[in-house]
Amino acid sequence: MTTPDERRYSDEHEWALVDGNIVTVGVTQFATDSLGDVVYVDLPEVGAEVSQFDKFGEIESVKAVSDLFSPIGGKIVEVNSDLLTMSEKVNEDPYSVGWLIKVETSDAASQLEKLMDAAAYDALTAEE
Amino acid sequence: MTTNISPYIPNTEADREQMLAAIGVSSIDDLVLDIPEAHRFPKLDLRPALSEFDLTAEIGALASRNAAPGEYACFLGAGAYRHYIPSVVKSVVARGEFLTSYTPYQPEVAQGTLQVGFEFQSMICEITGMEVANAGMYDGPTAFAEGALMACRITRRHTIAVLDTVEPRNVQILDAYARHQGIEIVVIGHDDDLPDDAACLMIQSPNQFGVIEDMAALAGKAHAAGALSVASVNPTSLGMFRTPGECDVDIVAAEGQALGVPLSFGGPYVGLFACKDAHKRQMPGRIIGRTTDTKGRVGYALTLQTREQHIRRERATSNICTSTALIGLLMTTYLAVIGRTGFKKVAELCYHKAHYAASEIDKIPGFSVKTEGPFFHEFMVECPKPPHEINTSLLEDKIIGGHDMSDRSNNGMLICVTEVNTRAEIDALVSALLEIGAGR
Amino acid sequence: MNAPFPGEIDRRLLNERSVTGRIGLQMQELDVPYQTLPDAGLLRSDEARLPEVSQPEVVRYFTTLSTMNFSIDTNFYPLGSCTMKYNPKVNEEMAFLPGMAGIHPNQPDETVQGALQLIWELQKDLGEITGLPAVCLGPLAGAQGEYSGLMIARAYFQDRGDNIRTVALMPDSAHGTNPASAAMAGLEVVTVPSDSEGNVDVEALKGLVDERTCVFMLTLPSTLGLFEPNILEITSIVHEAGGLVYADGANLNALLGIVKLGDLGFDIAHSNLHKTFSTPHGGGGPGAGPVLVSDTLAPYLPTPVVDSDGDTYRFGAPEKTVGRVNGFHGSFGVLVRAYAYIRAVGAEGMREVSENAIINANYIRTALSDEFGIAADRVCMHECVLSPQAQKAKGVSALDISKRLIDYGIHPPTMYFPLIVPEALMVEPTETETKDTLDRFIAVMRKINKEIDSDPDLLHDAPHDTPNTRLDEANAARHPYLRWQPDEDLTAAD
Repeated sequence: MTTPDERRYSDEHEWALVDGNIVTVGVTQFATDSLGDVVYVDLPEVGAEVSQFDKFGEIESVKAVSDLFSPIGGKIVEVNSDLLTMSEKVNEDPYSVGWLIKVETSDAASQLEKLMDAAAYDALTAEE
Repeated sequence: MTTNISPYIPNTEADREQMLAAIGVSSIDDLVLDIPEAHRFPKLDLRPALSEFDLTAEIGALASRNAAPGEYACFLGAGAYRHYIPSVVKSVVARGEFLTSYTPYQPEVAQGTLQVGFEFQSMICEITGMEVANAGMYDGPTAFAEGALMACRITRRHTIAVLDTVEPRNVQILDAYARHQGIEIVVIGHDDDLPDDAACLMIQSPNQFGVIEDMAALAGKAHAAGALSVASVNPTSLGMFRTPGECDVDIVAAEGQALGVPLSFGGPYVGLFACKDAHKRQMPGRIIGRTTDTKGRVGYALTLQTREQHIRRERATSNICTSTALIGLLMTTYLAVIGRTGFKKVAELCYHKAHYAASEIDKIPGFSVKTEGPFFHEFMVECPKPPHEINTSLLEDKIIGGHDMSDRSNNGMLICVTEVNTRAEIDALVSALLEIGAGR
Repeated sequence: MNAPFPGEIDRRLLNERSVTGRIGLQMQELDVPYQTLPDAGLLRSDEARLPEVSQPEVVRYFTTLSTMNFSIDTNFYPLGSCTMKYNPKVNEEMAFLPGMAGIHPNQPDETVQGALQLIWELQKDLGEITGLPAVCLGPLAGAQGEYSGLMIARAYFQDRGDNIRTVALMPDSAHGTNPASAAMAGLEVVTVPSDSEGNVDVEALKGLVDERTCVFMLTLPSTLGLFEPNILEITSIVHEAGGLVYADGANLNALLGIVKLGDLGFDIAHSNLHKTFSTPHGGGGPGAGPVLVSDTLAPYLPTPVVDSDGDTYRFGAPEKTVGRVNGFHGSFGVLVRAYAYIRAVGAEGMREVSENAIINANYIRTALSDEFGIAADRVCMHECVLSPQAQKAKGVSALDISKRLIDYGIHPPTMYFPLIVPEALMVEPTETETKDTLDRFIAVMRKINKEIDSDPDLLHDAPHDTPNTRLDEANAARHPYLRWQPDEDLTAAD
């Protein structure tokens, strides 16, 4: 799957997709390839605040657990509760049905400047 | 030399020479060069090796210096209980495939251990009325402590409230486990409020005095304070009494020893651990799940392993690794043999015999039964003189008396009666106490 | 496989075979007058849905289940760091003597002098073997021994008013229980890197020890099976910084009569009786993890320990004990077995155990390191770590190799541990295996290596003939199915 162009990426292998004040957050294909089958995602409560690059949850495969770090700071207004019973969606398509949280922020533009574009992210993962 | 020293070491001199040559060294000395020379090959001040014949004689001699229930009538409980262990249980646990296998990390070659473990988890859920159980912990008291720590993780609170009727030894163990985690332990009475920051209320039923607690009311009290309820129960009693599941308890621990496990001077035993389904990912210990293989056949495997130390390391739910699987097997076999009706029957036999004993002892001048509520198979007796003196006299009649509780109750003794105490034994105890009370 | 005869094994659970009315045990009748029952509100309202099966069914069920296990009694089991040595049957007999298996933990000391003497003598023997003379046999497994040892370290420093010592240092190759126990003890975990030889990087260690160092936890030999050539320098460095040195005794099978931990500068250790001292693993325990310390730290041991005045034995609490870690006195049944083992092996036999364990492991290392790659290309102790990276490059992982070994009736080695070795396969043969068995293992490994080129699916699809082939662990974690539920048929999984 090619890295979608219209998003921004963090070096913790998360993506951010902006739509007005709401930013959708997920993990990249590179992340799910390294993790293997995702078996559980520990998501935060709706209403919680998160700062940019802070831990907001955990993602588990059979044999590993990784922290999730938000590429965007703000208030969590929605979480993908489908994942509680169908964590496989993250593997199916981490960029659409496998989304994790939606964050509300009035400050999206300046935060995005701290993230990479698709080309830069591809360069990073090529090295790893 | 042509004869080996040890039957446990097959390598002969000839084998060793061949292997050393293959390795490319001339002697074992060349394989230990990293060991500081000054400390290499120390002399060990141990006794010489024993032949098997002498070994059995020496250890047999040690065993014969212990007074074993069997030769004695035993009325001792307080956390470990004498019950009849069916022969099937002992024969199953002798199977080398169960006894000498490892933790089932390779499920394809451990379906025996895994299926037994799944049965074990299922049976714990049935007897406790809880939704999910793990594959066992070290013992009841450590499982109880781990349950309280789990409540702290779930609620993110740092105080553990413990009812003052919980056995003090359990509180000592909790203290050891909680000491370095910034958690405070507060002991409260039944009428006290829970502290504000309480993560849980710890309840023991039957309690240290043998009395059945009102688990439903206590669990309700905990919930009203935003805390969880953690209950330690006697599994035999659940053949009769209301289960923690029925009482809306959140986390349950128990000592499984009473269910088919030899007394063995305190161990090895097995800690039972169960909780509500919503909390399963915070459970410590191993968990076995059912799944399918590549051919679609049902099989079992360890699951939810990301909670455990080998993956999560310092963020694990517990440091527990080796646990008590074989003892879990004993318990599973026991419950399979006594079955649905036997589980009820054992409880009833214990109950009626204990209550008979209590009513007879209460009649003895100088002795009075001091239970402050319903009891199962253990009850407190106030004695006319210190319990340890009474017990010394009872030993002369080949009776092991009850547990000395005089540190917390005036000349108090906790007497336990189970289905293995015959009427004749109970009547003999009563006669002996009568004589002792009369100044024998 | 191990089944006594070919054919499908009936995998139904006991409740799936239950028939109302069947019983497995003839129980005694009530011989006292019927007593008043408590209030109905206190009684359980439903029955526990335990099985109703006859006794022959119970025997057949469990016996058949047992045939699906690999075990030391049936298979070569070279599981690294687990020391799967022969579990002597005489030890079982001793543990089941009525005077051992039948005694109650709350019996007065004078009625259990034989048991107390056994505990006291075992305390002494383990103290002598390790050179750490003060011993508590209470901890119920290695992890509990570790935690006890860390509590001792913390208590020691707090007693001296040294309250800033809150860091536990450990190598990057440490077993998972080490950081987990350290976290429980409220210690911050700091990792010390290994050098290219697989040893602790001594320069890095010097840079990391300071006034906050509580303890350095080290497995010796390491989890790569290597003895630290700089061990005396390492323990010195930690002591000079004011810290204590802890030995994870999981690999003690390499050191019996070879060297004493106490002589090397260790202050605290735990031992795994279910590894080094031949007590059975039981499919995941029970074990015992005694904690052993120097005389300086003796007052802090957990309670109870056995004291003796020469004639009688009794339980006592160490003067500044860190407290109690279990309900009674430890896994006594396991202690009996370990005691029997030590008495059978004896003074001269200890060194034989470790020497042969070391020879056996090096024999395997020499035969297989070229073909499979070795984590550290030098003499190992009682185990060696293979690193089949060339095989991985061909698309066959350590997991695939392990599963293929099963088809040859050999239990896989420890996989993917230590974490610092890629595709790690840790092989520990132990001293109780014959040279023929080792030769067969070597031949099988070489054969498997050839299969990678000729027919790799033999590995990818392995094991082939076990009662279950590879299990869907992702499904088991995604959709946890953790107990019997009624009305499930055998083939439905989710």
